Amino acid sequence: MSEFFPPLDFNDTFGMPWATPKDFIWNAQIVSMGILVSLSCGLIGTFIVARKLALMGDAISHGILPGLAIAFIATQSKALLPMFIGACGAGLLCSFCIEWLHKKTPLKMDAALGLTFTSFFAFGVLLITQLGNNAHIDAECLLYGEIGFTPLAESIYWGSLEIGSRPLLSIGLVTLIIILLITIFYKQLLVTSFDQTLSVSLGLPVKAIHYGLMLFLAVTIVASFESVGVILVIAMLIFPSTTASFFFTRMPAILLCSFPLSILYSFGGFFLARWLDCSIAASMVVVAMACFGIAWLIGTEDGIIKKYFFERKLSKKTAIKEGTKKASSFPEAQS
Amino acid sequence: MDAAQVADGSDLVSKTLRFFSFSDHSVQVVVLGVIFMGVGCGLMGGFVVTRKLSLFGDTLSHAVLPGVAVGFLWSQSKNSISIVVGAMIAGFLGVLLISLIKKSTKVGLDSALGLVLSGFYAVGICLLTRIQKLEFGNQSGIDRYLFGQITGLSAADVWSMGISCLLIALITTIFYKEILVTGFDPGFAHSIGLPVDLLQYLLWMLLAFSVITSLQVVGVILVSALLIIPAATASIITQKMKALLIWSASLGMIAGVTGSYISFLGSRLPTGPLIVLSSTLLFVTVLFLHYENGLFIQWIRLRGKDRKIALENTLKAVYQELEADNFFHDTVKLGNLAKRRRISMPEMYQESVHLVRKDFAFLLRGENQTLPSDNTLSLTPTGWSEACRIVRNHRLWELYLTNEVQYPADHVHEDAEKIEHVLGDETVRKIERILSNPRKDPHGKLIPSQQDIEQGYIDRRIAKSLP
Repeated sequence: MSEFFPPLDFNDTFGMPWATPKDFIWNAQIVSMGILVSLSCGLIGTFIVARKLALMGDAISHGILPGLAIAFIATQSKALLPMFIGACGAGLLCSFCIEWLHKKTPLKMDAALGLTFTSFFAFGVLLITQLGNNAHIDAECLLYGEIGFTPLAESIYWGSLEIGSRPLLSIGLVTLIIILLITIFYKQLLVTSFDQTLSVSLGLPVKAIHYGLMLFLAVTIVASFESVGVILVIAMLIFPSTTASFFFTRMPAILLCSFPLSILYSFGGFFLARWLDCSIAASMVVVAMACFGIAWLIGTEDGIIKKYFFERKLSKKTAIKEGTKKASSFPEAQS
Repeated sequence: MDAAQVADGSDLVSKTLRFFSFSDHSVQVVVLGVIFMGVGCGLMGGFVVTRKLSLFGDTLSHAVLPGVAVGFLWSQSKNSISIVVGAMIAGFLGVLLISLIKKSTKVGLDSALGLVLSGFYAVGICLLTRIQKLEFGNQSGIDRYLFGQITGLSAADVWSMGISCLLIALITTIFYKEILVTGFDPGFAHSIGLPVDLLQYLLWMLLAFSVITSLQVVGVILVSALLIIPAATASIITQKMKALLIWSASLGMIAGVTGSYISFLGSRLPTGPLIVLSSTLLFVTVLFLHYENGLFIQWIRLRGKDRKIALENTLKAVYQELEADNFFHDTVKLGNLAKRRRISMPEMYQESVHLVRKDFAFLLRGENQTLPSDNTLSLTPTGWSEACRIVRNHRLWELYLTNEVQYPADHVHEDAEKIEHVLGDETVRKIERILSNPRKDPHGKLIPSQQDIEQGYIDRRIAKSLP
């Protein structure tokens, strides 16, 4: 077991990645990829979690596989646009199937969800095995793409000016759009997430907002899965907002928490992976889990410590109150 | 692109024979394996799906990964009991964490499931990628826990699958009542002194057993399909728990055998996804074509009912038209009927064709050949008695509501519109007896009597005597 944990060389873990300009650029790309993925997922995830659809991310991220495979078969290339369209189409179809099964059949939401996405995934795996080895998409890459390869991806040029690697640019664009859309449609998203009846009576297009959210979930997943894998996406949808909810109850505060948390996850995961020499994306989730644990312990809203002391105080208070009540009730009884 | 080579012609027959004669050793291993897996997962799925915890299986199958990795690290070999023990412990910790999060925080169940799923899985991936870097870490054996590999199934694996399947069947049979009660009504179970938490954990343990043994065949993600899909299919077929479990187990078995058969036919067809897809196919078939609850069958039935109601409404309209001129004529114009039924002329024509086809009326050409609304309908004896029956139902029900249930007279029509199509003869006779064979409805109109129906016309004198 001892060989499992290598000794922590402080300089190698924290210093070396930034020593030379080349290393710096390389690693900065990885870290910023991590930050952008967790940020975009965290922002969207806040609304998804509020709608109690946390596992929808799980479903859609697996459900896009047949879309990717079909796009590849149709175009015989890994061109970005067809892949993107295929994945979004499959993701939306998946969420539509879930909704339909839930509404029109006796199946419950959880069963409808599990049934749909596993079937989609199985179909996707079947298609991919038919493609043979000339396809460079496989289920494995979908499940845990390697964030460390981000700098290796082809660069995008504006004229002769190199802007940056493609995955980084696409997730950056998606993050910007998400921030923009959330600022514009904040009220609508908030109302539809918490009070369906009210939003219907206000005349909001509830269904359109739901599918819009699902579309953006699919877009985020498509933009990020290739480099970070599905599991990081699922985790980042849920962890930031649930962690923040131990400290804040108001939506804007929880949304804003995604920013520092995503930076924390990304750097923490990067260093942890550097130390243990393991998957960066998975390490980020481990860091996120640790943050969740700490928040659960010390949270000011619902944390264990707070609750424990508060409840003890409260029970003491009620005991005193009941005591005084009993004492004061005697004279009343006499009169 | 080279697609998988599916055997053709005589090869297909010989392969089919080889598969179902059950003589090959590899076929025996695979078929026995998928049967045990299908039955075990089907049974557990029945319990999980009815508790609305379908995704528990998904979470569990991901959560066992760190246990698998630690077990591998411990024994440094890929076929050992320590992997199963590690997986069990990790699964147990996962379940414990879910219930802890659910109990002590405001985080919803779905989020708790997602947290544990992704968190544990990430720890597992961290460990596995770390193991890969170690000297002994030839990860190829461990890989099969992620995606499943049915060809790697050994006789020993089948034995362990058989034992876990038997264990599941045995324990669920022995504790059937207790597990059922704790699932559907934990409060009641608690009040009759059952150890609810203990039974809950027993169930999760069995679930973990079936998940872990199936992992190596179909992989992490598709295990949850085996849990959910057969049980969901069974829940459409039946509402009774025992029948549901039996259906679910046998559907799981059928899907397993079908999937492995299809993958046996081709050279590069993956077994796991094919098992899941056959299971999905079974689900879709049942969902649409089940003779009682199938959506398609229900749709056809509903359409039949709609048609019947439309037909009866037309008959009623004919009667009312006849009544409007005190039964002076015995034909009615289609134009008037269309107005009364508030439908367009083409629709009315379609309706009258239906009536004619059912032998309820004759369609007579009007004087003006070009005007379809001038065509007239004349009821046959069967049509007449059917029309009388419906009007009778309607008016009797109106009278019953006003006299016996004290509805105001202007509120009864809507209700009667619906009930007139479904009232049985016996109920009608009962109402008649209660109201002592009335002749007038609350609006003062004649209620056709049994005699009127039999004699085929309504005496004009009686009709006139009523206002």
